[in-house]
Amino acid sequence: MRGRIEAIHPETADAATLVIRPGRGWVRHRAGQWVRVGVDIEGVRHWRTFSLSCPPGGPDECITITVKAVPDGLVSHHLVRQAAPGMIVHLAGPDGEFVLPEPPPPRLLFLTAGSGITPVRAMLHGLLYGPATRGAARPGAASPRRDTGCRGLPDVVLLHSAPTPADVIFGAELRALAVRFANLRLYERHTRTGGRLRPSDVPDLCPDWTERTAWVCGPPEMLQEAEDHWAGSADRLHVERFRPATPTAGGEGGRIRFTRSGRQTDADGGTSLLIAGERAGVLMPSGCRMGICHTCVGRLASGQVRDLRTGQIHGEPGDLVQTCVSAAAGPVEIEL
Amino acid sequence: MSTTALASPTDIEDFGRELDELRDEIIGTLGDRDAQYIRGVIATQRKLELAGRALLFASWLPPAWIAGTAALATAKILENMEIGHNVLHGQWDWMRDPKIHSTTWESDLASPSAQWKHSHNVVHHTWTNVLGKDRDIGYTLLRVSPEQPWHRVYLLQPVYNVFLALVFEYGIALYDLEVERIPAGDKSLKETWTQLRAIAGKVRRQIIKDYLAFPMLAGPGFMPVLLGNLTANLTRNVWAHTIIFCGHFPEGAEVFTEDQLEGETRGEWYVRQLLGSCNIDGGRLLHLMSGNLSHQIEHHLFPDMPSNRYAEIAPRVRDLCERFGLPYTSGSLARQTGSVYKRILRLAFPGPRHHRTAPAEPPATDLRALA
Ligand SMILES: Cc1cc2nc3c(=O)[nH]c(=O)nc-3n(C[C@H](O)[C@H](O)[C@H](O)COP(=O)(O)OP(=O)(O)OC[C@H]3O[C@@H](n4cnc5c(N)ncnc54)[C@H](O)[C@@H]3O)c2cc1C
Ligand code: FES
Repeated sequence: MRGRIEAIHPETADAATLVIRPGRGWVRHRAGQWVRVGVDIEGVRHWRTFSLSCPPGGPDECITITVKAVPDGLVSHHLVRQAAPGMIVHLAGPDGEFVLPEPPPPRLLFLTAGSGITPVRAMLHGLLYGPATRGAARPGAASPRRDTGCRGLPDVVLLHSAPTPADVIFGAELRALAVRFANLRLYERHTRTGGRLRPSDVPDLCPDWTERTAWVCGPPEMLQEAEDHWAGSADRLHVERFRPATPTAGGEGGRIRFTRSGRQTDADGGTSLLIAGERAGVLMPSGCRMGICHTCVGRLASGQVRDLRTGQIHGEPGDLVQTCVSAAAGPVEIEL
Repeated sequence: MSTTALASPTDIEDFGRELDELRDEIIGTLGDRDAQYIRGVIATQRKLELAGRALLFASWLPPAWIAGTAALATAKILENMEIGHNVLHGQWDWMRDPKIHSTTWESDLASPSAQWKHSHNVVHHTWTNVLGKDRDIGYTLLRVSPEQPWHRVYLLQPVYNVFLALVFEYGIALYDLEVERIPAGDKSLKETWTQLRAIAGKVRRQIIKDYLAFPMLAGPGFMPVLLGNLTANLTRNVWAHTIIFCGHFPEGAEVFTEDQLEGETRGEWYVRQLLGSCNIDGGRLLHLMSGNLSHQIEHHLFPDMPSNRYAEIAPRVRDLCERFGLPYTSGSLARQTGSVYKRILRLAFPGPRHHRTAPAEPPATDLRALA
């Protein structure tokens, strides 16, 4: 499916929100889900995953993604710096499990950093303005009076980190929401002056954190810490990864044969089958490119692969392997 | 091989290295411009086809019939040559656009893409002009090289070649079946049957579309539309036949034997591609309409390089050949076509004795006489 970029709003010095009008057939997403975006750069199509930063059912059924340009990032730079209204992108999705249950739990904790705010921003809108049945104010219903919360609205704590106040994506909006809704408590950590938010800081900022259901989205170290220190029940911790944890160093590699496209290529042990295939001109399906969505799977015909996340070597003929996190361990044949 | 008479082994490897560098250079600069080119050609082709079919609905007006048929024939030629042939070569795979990809493209031809890719990309491009290997030498029907043993049936080849030109797309499809491999047991009847059914499916779809559905949609215009479609298909066939025959069969194109291939190096492979191919001189329109097979030499050197770049590298390839004393055969369409027909006529008869061992030093313009 295709989508047209209708507008671009800068958020910070290196992040921007893109308003995209999807083509017909777009299935409404749930707040917190992501979409796969295919962008043609110098003639080559690149697919990346972005969380939808808006709640579903936006004006004109447009959707928004909010992209932060990462250092040397090909697609993020293109979208933040080069994209212009009218540009066409390709879309697939929505998908993802990083969503709120229905009805939402009474007490929630959001722990985010950097661009990790994007899926949470979509959820906040759903929570605060939410469906009319939950008795919340609707966007645009500008009320000068501070909403006193209660009335069944969930109690939300948002702990967000960014280098400086100016780097907080959606900073002004979040602050305004926190002023307006008594049931939203916002804590910003500006890491350049205040240092990184440690797990040990959380109890002070949110004493009842263990009783809350948590959604965590940020850099890999933060997710790791959250998982290590989480004291509540496991099903109340939700994490969303934007980046693979820590890719392990390469093994031996080998020759990869893509049987359906009749291509072959040699790849080292640190290069995923996905990247090797793309370089060889094979039409490789891909989504998150980090082992979560299974868009990229291919059937192994022979050989074994190494899981780039764990270093484990595995695979039997007939296995479906995720090409984005698998590298050749010796010669490999894959039905792609 | 005779190429060794043209250049020393070290020269040949240097030649190969320079071509490798040229290839890397071009592949490294592929970008938006190229993507826009192929998308533009595809868009033009779609518009032409639409315009052609629309005009044919008004074909009780003779000018509309002529314009419609011409537009449709042009669209079909573009689809088969500049788009289909080159997409199926994987020239545009680097864009990772599933709509313009060698694994998804289905050409408006009688050959199913998968079969064509095997016989063309694999057999012909690997074994270019190798007797007994490259089945494109005469498409197994014609005697186009003196090395092919003569047989009585070849006496008729000037006649059946014309017939082949008219039904070229079906000829290619059946040729892809490689039926001659069946008696030797190289190919099972079952596989052949499956392939035949795939061909039949495509042929049926084309016949229904061009000779039934569209004519019927035209109501009283049934016959003119059918004739327009038929003319367009025949034009496409004759044109494709002409271009393809000019690519390998004019005088100057060499053939090789299998023993010459033993231990062939990358450089020698390039030289064989060069010696087995002939270019057609012409303007941009000719290049476009021939699917850039007018740059047959460049295409055979770099089969998966996007076709819009052949014109750009042609002068450099020619210079390179000159520097290494290798022939670079090219001529006008009229001259190359004349040469092909002369050859087909001459080789319908026995002989001539070919002297493979004769020292060969043909510069680009001095083509060896066959007789
Ligand atoms: C489920 C999911 C949701 C996502 N949502 C968002 C979102 O809402 N907003 C957003 O901006 N991005 C989001 N991402 C990340 C996004 O998909 C890209 O990975 C990111 O934009 C970098 O792509 P790139 O082409 O610019 O970088 P690449 O050219 O692919 O990589 C360049 C360099 O950047 C590093 N890198 C890759 N990803 C990141 C990253 N996330 N942060 C820092 N460095 C990185 C690479 O290791 C590499 O060294 C999400 C990813 C996933 C899996
Ligand atoms: S691309 Fe998502 S799992 Fe591989």
